[in-house]
Amino acid sequence: MLLYFVFVLGIGFALKRFMKTSKDFFQAGRSLPAWICGLAFISANLGAQEVIGMGASGAKYGIATSHFYWIGAIPAMIFVGVFMMPFYYGSKARSVPEFLRLRFDEKTRAYNACSFAVMTVFSSGISMYAMARLIQTLHIFDAAFIKMNLPLEWEFHFAIFLSAIIVLGYIFLGGLTSAIYNEVLQFFLIVAGFAPLVWVGLKNIGGWNGLKAALPSAYMHSWQGMTNPQHNPLGVEWFGLAMGLGFVLSFGYWCTDFLVIQTAMATDTEEAARRVPLIAAIPKMFFPFLVILPGLIAIATPAMVQHAALQTPAAVTGAAPSTTDAKAASMYKGLIPVKVNPTTGQVMTDEKGNPVFDYDLAIPNMLLYYFPTGILGLGLTALLASFMSGMAGNVTAFNTVWTYDLYQSYIHKNASDAHYLKVGRWTTVGGILFSIGAAYLATSFNNIMDTLQLVFSFVNAPLFATFLLGMFWKRTTGHGAFVGLVTGTVAAVVHHGLTLPLDGHPGIHGGWIGIVHYYPSQMAQNFWTAIWAFSTNFIITVVISLMTKPRPEGELVGLVYSLTPKPVEHHMEWYERPKVIAVGLIAMLVALNLIFR
Amino acid sequence: MSLDLRIPMGLLFTIVGALMTVYGLVTFGSNIYQRSAGMNINLIWGLVMLVFGIIMYTLGRRADKRPKPAPVEGTTRPLGHGHGH
Repeated sequence: MLLYFVFVLGIGFALKRFMKTSKDFFQAGRSLPAWICGLAFISANLGAQEVIGMGASGAKYGIATSHFYWIGAIPAMIFVGVFMMPFYYGSKARSVPEFLRLRFDEKTRAYNACSFAVMTVFSSGISMYAMARLIQTLHIFDAAFIKMNLPLEWEFHFAIFLSAIIVLGYIFLGGLTSAIYNEVLQFFLIVAGFAPLVWVGLKNIGGWNGLKAALPSAYMHSWQGMTNPQHNPLGVEWFGLAMGLGFVLSFGYWCTDFLVIQTAMATDTEEAARRVPLIAAIPKMFFPFLVILPGLIAIATPAMVQHAALQTPAAVTGAAPSTTDAKAASMYKGLIPVKVNPTTGQVMTDEKGNPVFDYDLAIPNMLLYYFPTGILGLGLTALLASFMSGMAGNVTAFNTVWTYDLYQSYIHKNASDAHYLKVGRWTTVGGILFSIGAAYLATSFNNIMDTLQLVFSFVNAPLFATFLLGMFWKRTTGHGAFVGLVTGTVAAVVHHGLTLPLDGHPGIHGGWIGIVHYYPSQMAQNFWTAIWAFSTNFIITVVISLMTKPRPEGELVGLVYSLTPKPVEHHMEWYERPKVIAVGLIAMLVALNLIFR
Repeated sequence: MSLDLRIPMGLLFTIVGALMTVYGLVTFGSNIYQRSAGMNINLIWGLVMLVFGIIMYTLGRRADKRPKPAPVEGTTRPLGHGHGH
């Protein structure tokens, strides 16, 4: 693990001498090869929430979780590669908000830049918090702390500052290049750490057939029962799934979030930039096997004899594990322990008195259960790497947006390039400090993070409609886009306030205005919130655009599909053409869905 | 490109792979492998990582050498770009 940290910082130092202009720092000099950016493209998204969360959902919902990949990512990645990347790259915009200014106007950009900057800081804070929590829960540094006579509670602070300093170090030194390099490194580490886990796990429970035998059939099929929300684990019907997740949410994320777009924009040519998301889609398609399968295996592993290394909930809270083996086994579902109220030490139960399981521990417990000393270090490093990867992407995106879209545009115009480079460096420090603040905020107010994520989902949900109209309909105006964005967000808020998932109480889960509709699950509610936000934005933008004066067509060349010369592809080999790759990807996607239907 | 990522990455995987292989050999037949379904996963995966690391490193080194400008035709000086423009 130490070795990994040394390498991470070493890359930062090695790259420092190449960081001469702000372009080098913020855009990696636009000179990276496509495969590196492609891997960074998914790695930026492969943060804590991803690895832990997908393993958790795998344990909770089964193979249907792979919809988040196959429907919720791949089509959008293909779309951004084939259709949208030429505008991002070709417009010479340096960030997504800057593209909005080129296409629309200042206020749309300011709105997007501000919400984005706040969001990145909080997401990296959440990553940091989750990582520190996990380190504490798994007692990774316990031995070292006891040796040095330090109180164990300090582990949390230690983890936060350690991760902060490492991420700060390599971004401060090497900018986006360093972040991207490290993201790729983390990608390989995660694969190297999790692939043997799946292998050993599968072997232990008797291979694929053993897994099938151990789990109810709904766990093993991704499409079964999708016609009726009552009959499938996700509690969503196919329309909500396809439109909400597959269209609005995933396109909104993969096509507009600068966090991922920035990696594609770091390539050397437009062709390479277009290939980035397409390259990224290939490993992405197979990621379910790496992160969801461990969750399934965790459930299928026979509720075991107490394992010395495993974290029982009692040990988590520090209370003495006084339970007998038999009782301990009942506290597990496979390898998943029950959730324990951190203050009282009581097992948390739902209304019916069934214990609530802490699915988030699925992957960490898998690592501890199946890995002997040695490779366990690798597995844990991979896990930590995934946290840092998510943090780093957020910090660099924050850097760029703050420096170019807020600082350069509104605070200090026309300064020298060296000045902006300096600002960028120090923004890294500021961004990390804010993240630490956010991480501690999460410690003291548990709900604040849920609330904030909810607010972000409101802001993000309608975004894609704006980009879609902006890029493919030349009549769209700046006023239309701005009003559409704001009303889309309002629509999301109102929809959330008026509906409630069946098992929720009015409050953070919705229904705080009044309840007019119940959804079968929270996921269904999220998807439909997104659908409403998108549709409202779409309609309002069209209406307002028709009422306001359009910009002259000459100004929109390179920004709107119909006015931009199509990118030429005939000089490429057939297998290099984005459209050919896209068709191949779709074929693979359909095949996967058929196999696991 | 300034620094080929494959070089540091290859190094990292080579070193980690080597460490794990050695550890796997030392603990050969030890009962810590009961939990990993009886496989000496340190040895096996250490070798996999070792091979991957070496391949990456070699590829990176080779790519690093390739783009060097070919010596200009007719010059016998060892350095092709002696005088500046």
